[in-house]
Amino acid sequence: MSLSEFLQRATSKWMKDGGPDDDIIVTSRIRIARNLEDMPFPVLQTDSHADEVIRLVKQALESKSVKNVGQFEFARCSDMSALDRYVLVEKHLMSRDLAEQVKHGAIALTEDEVMSIMVNEEDHLRIQCIMPGFRLQEAWNRASEVDDALEEHLPYSFHERYGYLTACPTNVGTGIRASVMMHLPGLVISGHINRLLSAVSQVGLTVRGMYGEGSEAVGNLFQVSNQMTLGESEEEIIGNLSSVVQQLIDHERSARRALMSQNRTDLEDRVCRSFGILAYARKIDSKETLQRLSDVRLGIDLGVIRGVSSSILKELMVMIQPAFLQKYFHEELAPGERDTRRAALIRERLRLDDMEVR
Amino acid sequence: MLCQECKERPATVHFTKIVAGEKSEFHLCEQCAQEKGDFFAKAAQAFNFNHLLSGLLNMESSPGVPTAQPTLRCPSCGMSYSQFTQLGRFGCPSCYDSFSARLDPLLRRIQSSETHTGKVPLRAGEQVKGRKELQRLRQDLQRSIAAEQFEEAAQLRDRIRQLEQTLDGQEGR
Repeated sequence: MSLSEFLQRATSKWMKDGGPDDDIIVTSRIRIARNLEDMPFPVLQTDSHADEVIRLVKQALESKSVKNVGQFEFARCSDMSALDRYVLVEKHLMSRDLAEQVKHGAIALTEDEVMSIMVNEEDHLRIQCIMPGFRLQEAWNRASEVDDALEEHLPYSFHERYGYLTACPTNVGTGIRASVMMHLPGLVISGHINRLLSAVSQVGLTVRGMYGEGSEAVGNLFQVSNQMTLGESEEEIIGNLSSVVQQLIDHERSARRALMSQNRTDLEDRVCRSFGILAYARKIDSKETLQRLSDVRLGIDLGVIRGVSSSILKELMVMIQPAFLQKYFHEELAPGERDTRRAALIRERLRLDDMEVR
Repeated sequence: MLCQECKERPATVHFTKIVAGEKSEFHLCEQCAQEKGDFFAKAAQAFNFNHLLSGLLNMESSPGVPTAQPTLRCPSCGMSYSQFTQLGRFGCPSCYDSFSARLDPLLRRIQSSETHTGKVPLRAGEQVKGRKELQRLRQDLQRSIAAEQFEEAAQLRDRIRQLEQTLDGQEGR
């Protein structure tokens, strides 16, 4: 299979398509936690409890009301290879915890991979909607629609005072986690990022790296999400996050403008060197790749590099991850070999575009 | 700055402790921090969200704050409150009611409030409405019996039975 075919088939909608403010916002994501009444949470689940949850969810997915809002394909983790599970993790459709929860876990996905439902992760259901660009409200509407349709068939555990009950009290109430993945090279290069991120954490939001909790912020990618789930409505939570994200977008744009007017040569040098490395390197690790990709994407946004598709950052930031790489090359690769194959994949991907460096 | 314990090695662990509004600062070297006990040892381990949460939960058992009865247990799933503080996760939905007395102060710390104001599931919404209606009808029934209006009472009784059946049906679904 050629690389362009593989790209078409193996990537999610969010990796290919554009969206509002997608020069800065990579994805908008909504996740809702739901649990079924009168059943222990997955932490205390027996095999038969887990099977019962899976049976009920599967049945609900086949109902007319759910089919009207999304055609889901369903699979138990035990029926998937470890490699396929980790590919889903790298595409942000499955959590690392669920990929390891082989016995009880399951996942439902729509064909475009915009909607995903994790079953028997920390909660019975985790409904997720991931969209490219700045589209939090749209992602919430979509996730909520699927939630409503599922609720017609599933007895959700709901408390008059505490709202939707979840295994961890940090998710109780709305059960919603809204997050936006942002590419902020301008703020990192200009050194304003720490000041801004500490301000963000003071207004009830959290900032994390690309792969969520505990992950490092590489490639100038940051995930900003709400911390609290109880006390405010979903609309208030999304509204707060959106207004902070909008401010970060404005700061990032002005940082980029300032860099272009004050340090143009330095910036162009940095961007073009990174482009050169990606286009010609024979060995490269994933951390360096992400850093170079960030520079190249910035170069595309600033008009320094032309002809390279702007989705390259999103595509490659997932494709160069270990599981995806092994999926593409159809073989198990030792970490050292990966660096060689990764460099080859990047060169091949760049050749698909008619690139030109100014 | 030198470690305030051994006064030999440089202080690398800086720590502010606030217990019941009383603030105390510590500047220790790694070694003394380790010896200082549980919290420091935990802090030295890889940072983990669950540790942070159980740290918050365990704060309640610090001196001056009444401790939980060790036997507090959720009758539905059997999880004890101390298990919950270690895991940072509840065992089942009923845990919220079983531990509600200790939960509210925790929720006030980690959430914006302890009352949900967002989305309500349609079906549960119906049930809440139904239960309130049932309560009202039962009061009306008592009143009409007291007033010896038996015809009206019979009508009310039929409506109550009907509503009870619908609610049972919904809950059993």
